[in-house]
Amino acid sequence: MSQLEKSEYFIEVEGLKRNLGGRQVLDGVNINFQTGKCTVLLGRSGEGKSVLLKHLLGLMRPDSGSIRIDGEEITTLSERRMRPVRKKVGILFQDGALFDSMTIAENVAFPLQEEGIRNRKVLLEKAVEVLELVGLAEHVAKMPNDISGGMRKRVSLARAIITRPQCILYDEPTAGLDPVTADSIDQLIAHLADEFSITSVVVTHDLKSMHTVADRVAMLRSGKIYFDGTVKGLEASVDPVIVNFLDGNSEDEPDVFA
Amino acid sequence: MGLTRIPQKTGSAVLRFFAYFGQVVGLIGELAVTLFTCRPRVRLAGRQIVDIGFGSQLVVVVTGAFTGAVFAAQVYFKFSELGLGTATGPVVSLAMCRELGPVLAGIMVSGRVGAAMAAEIGTMKVTEQIDALRSMGISPVDYLVMPRVIGMFVSMPLLVAESVGFGILAGYVMVVHIFGVPAVWFEHQVVSNTTLPDIAIGMIKGFVFGGLIVLISCREGLYANRGAVGVGKATTAAVVISSLAILVSNLFLSFLLNHFFPLGSSGFDS
Repeated sequence: MSQLEKSEYFIEVEGLKRNLGGRQVLDGVNINFQTGKCTVLLGRSGEGKSVLLKHLLGLMRPDSGSIRIDGEEITTLSERRMRPVRKKVGILFQDGALFDSMTIAENVAFPLQEEGIRNRKVLLEKAVEVLELVGLAEHVAKMPNDISGGMRKRVSLARAIITRPQCILYDEPTAGLDPVTADSIDQLIAHLADEFSITSVVVTHDLKSMHTVADRVAMLRSGKIYFDGTVKGLEASVDPVIVNFLDGNSEDEPDVFA
Repeated sequence: MGLTRIPQKTGSAVLRFFAYFGQVVGLIGELAVTLFTCRPRVRLAGRQIVDIGFGSQLVVVVTGAFTGAVFAAQVYFKFSELGLGTATGPVVSLAMCRELGPVLAGIMVSGRVGAAMAAEIGTMKVTEQIDALRSMGISPVDYLVMPRVIGMFVSMPLLVAESVGFGILAGYVMVVHIFGVPAVWFEHQVVSNTTLPDIAIGMIKGFVFGGLIVLISCREGLYANRGAVGVGKATTAAVVISSLAILVSNLFLSFLLNHFFPLGSSGFDS
């Protein structure tokens, strides 16, 4: 086991297939995520990036294929046996997924409370500590509906890191945010990855975001990994699909008005 | 061509019914496991008891009282023609205990509480809050469904008792104060003709209906999808399906319980 823990890859995905409503969303995905590194997963909307991310946490089950987290195969684990694995991995959902019946502080402290910490003062202290990290310490008493979308994402990030996971999955962390807020989120992701050497997987189609955070980049297309390499390698590519994606060029795509 | 689709549609409806049934049974199974593995969530269960039990009192009391009153009046009109006016009390009391109390309370609670449960859990589902719970290693059944089940099982029998009590009381007001039947007669007839089994039947039904409401509503919420439309559908389905389930199961439950507690005997000693 100790040998596995030191493995180069924190998450290993092999031949992952999933059919959703008659569409083969994942069609044999093979990709490994390096321990302590930040991998950006690119792809156009609807290419199954979020679906892949949900598989990595066992929130969705594949039709076939294998996912190993920290050396442990998770596709065959029951929901109950999955719990210890999930504690190693935090996730930032697209819209934050904060519990709207709780205050910001209660949201952030919730994972600790569930681990059995009952002292409200300790919980608040810990919550403030991580909220400071995302620059929101003064908003502890507000409700999720009273803060902006960007702040919600940052709160959600604080909630994801309060248990000190070894790995964080980000589902479109900058989608729908203004460029300045988006950049502040990117800086946070890069900071967390460097400072605590957290294995990060960032699903996005934001190229600026990719430049800020990526150690490595992969591109998902038609249910498969189309490209896997460095940012430089991606930009040097002459493959028309990649060039069109990077340039934001829709000319060769099927006509949406047809 | 149209005809060949009839068996197809019937078949798929039957399959859907069994799939639904399977999901509800699966939920019961998960709850059973959770019962032994979960940690007590006293606060959450307490809030549900307040929400379901305390919050539903007004609607349940009002429906029970008005139904009791109008039922008593109708029965009295006919019975007094036959010279049986004083027998109105026991008829009202038995009807309230055995049928009207539990069914009315059940339907009102499914509208008030079942809808809220489906909408709340459904919204959590479509905004990924359920996924967020699971991602933290917390089972939604443990955190969301269990406290509601406890709240419902504690509240429902009490709500049924209230509905029955106020129904009989309203019948009393109607018959004694408006139609002028002597109060002593009414009281004596009601007390001597309402037996423990009659009350037990009401409570058991309340318990069962509460279970149906909470299971169906939580199932609808947990399986909600496709945004706001999906939550709306789940809410409607929760109320419609649990109301129908209450009315249909009531028939079978009545026969079953009458078998154990036959009408007209004291049940326990016969």
